[in-house]
Amino acid sequence: MGIISDIGRYLLMLKGMFSRPENGKMYWKEFMHQCSDIGVGSLGIVAIISVFIGAVSTVQTAYQLITPLIPKSTIAVIVRDTVILEFAPTLTCIVLAGVVGSKIASELGNMRVSEQIDALEIMGINTKTYLIMPKIAAGLLTIPMLIAIAMALGIWGGRLAANMANIVSPEEFDKGLHEGFLPYNVFFALAKSYTFAFIICSIPAFFGFYVKGGSLEIGRASTKAVVISCIMILFADYILSALLL
Amino acid sequence: MIEVKNIRKSFGEKIVINDVSAAMKSGQCNLIIGSSGSGKTVLMKCMVGLFAPDKGEILYDGANFVEMTGEQRTNIRKEIGMLFQGSALFDSLTVQQNVMFPLDMFTKDTTREKLKRVNEVLDRVNLVDTNKKFPSELSGGMKKRVALARAIVLNPKYLFCDEPNSGLDPQTSLVIDKLIREITIEYNICTVVNTHDMNSVMEIGNYILYMYQGNKEWEGTNKEIIFSKNQRLNEFIFASEFLKDAKEMRMLEETGKMPPGNN
Repeated sequence: MGIISDIGRYLLMLKGMFSRPENGKMYWKEFMHQCSDIGVGSLGIVAIISVFIGAVSTVQTAYQLITPLIPKSTIAVIVRDTVILEFAPTLTCIVLAGVVGSKIASELGNMRVSEQIDALEIMGINTKTYLIMPKIAAGLLTIPMLIAIAMALGIWGGRLAANMANIVSPEEFDKGLHEGFLPYNVFFALAKSYTFAFIICSIPAFFGFYVKGGSLEIGRASTKAVVISCIMILFADYILSALLL
Repeated sequence: MIEVKNIRKSFGEKIVINDVSAAMKSGQCNLIIGSSGSGKTVLMKCMVGLFAPDKGEILYDGANFVEMTGEQRTNIRKEIGMLFQGSALFDSLTVQQNVMFPLDMFTKDTTREKLKRVNEVLDRVNLVDTNKKFPSELSGGMKKRVALARAIVLNPKYLFCDEPNSGLDPQTSLVIDKLIREITIEYNICTVVNTHDMNSVMEIGNYILYMYQGNKEWEGTNKEIIFSKNQRLNEFIFASEFLKDAKEMRMLEETGKMPPGNN
């Protein structure tokens, strides 16, 4: 019963976001602020994770490909496809669910508990539109960009590791990257990243916006938001893979 | 003027406000008093629309707030300023940005005009050289004054103050009370203050509504409260020996006679 009620409130929250902004300029300012917070703020962690994931994929793929019958460039093909199809969108978004999701939930939770949301409502501002919509819009804009960067850096990390560990030469790795490349895979990864971006921003926003109590509840809401976002990301990952691949 | 007519509000089975009516005039401080859990905060939240009452009317200059459309409510809310118990300042904004926020949102003034207005209201609440500070750098009293400046920056017709003195020392409480009273008279605002601070009751209570377990127990002025025979009210207001003595002194001042039972 609680889950159904929560889903209903979540949908009503999403519906409530669509109202005419009181002042477009202020909403634009908030949107840009969120783009900076979500996009630029997460760039560092995304870059580090992507490079290492690419590097680890290369080393582990090489470890398993022991037969001399398979050309070394196949390692690059496997790294490219795993990074594009799975590692860059899914793993990065799971990390972002922790980084961005907990930030959104705790920020809104703190605003709720300290009556800042009430203050905005009394001023006559639609708080769902002003506080949640810019976060979701900024997530939908910046997270796919981060995923695109993660794809590039993941492949570059793989290439770097291959070269450093003398697994594959850069030329052979580059040759492998061009072999049987399907642009559809990038489209699939971006479709996933849009879906995950929506989950990462909207679910924590829901838990933060409706938090009740004090600082302890903010922490709980934040943890719950991250856990549920991660589960939903993995669930959506499966559904999208089943539907689109 | 704000009129509350037969307001009832319950949460589940528990009735928090039961058939409360009151008339609060402009240009005066209207106090809602009562012990914790008496329903005064819920009543105020119903009045500003944060809670929807189960029954009754809330009239802002004759217009029923309960039956208004979303747009009509938004328009009324632009005429409402509210000072929250915890100040509710936006943590990520400076004092200047906090006070300027309603102007940014609802006016088309130039930055220079907005800045002039911000400085006017900050000056009005006796805050100088704080424009660039963040709320975390301010004392409790200063936060309340910034919140008051933000509440009045759009020249509201109605000002709501939820426990404006909570967490403040007596001297700072007096400063806040004085500011609220002065601003109320100066701008002819209908001010509604939710408090259990006895100094506020005696200093600024032009109209006092005493709530007891969700019901209206007593109403009157700060002069009438001294002579009230309502036992619950007297037990609440004059709880300590010191306050009982103060009451007797005040009665002596007002009537020239000691109350019965005293030599």
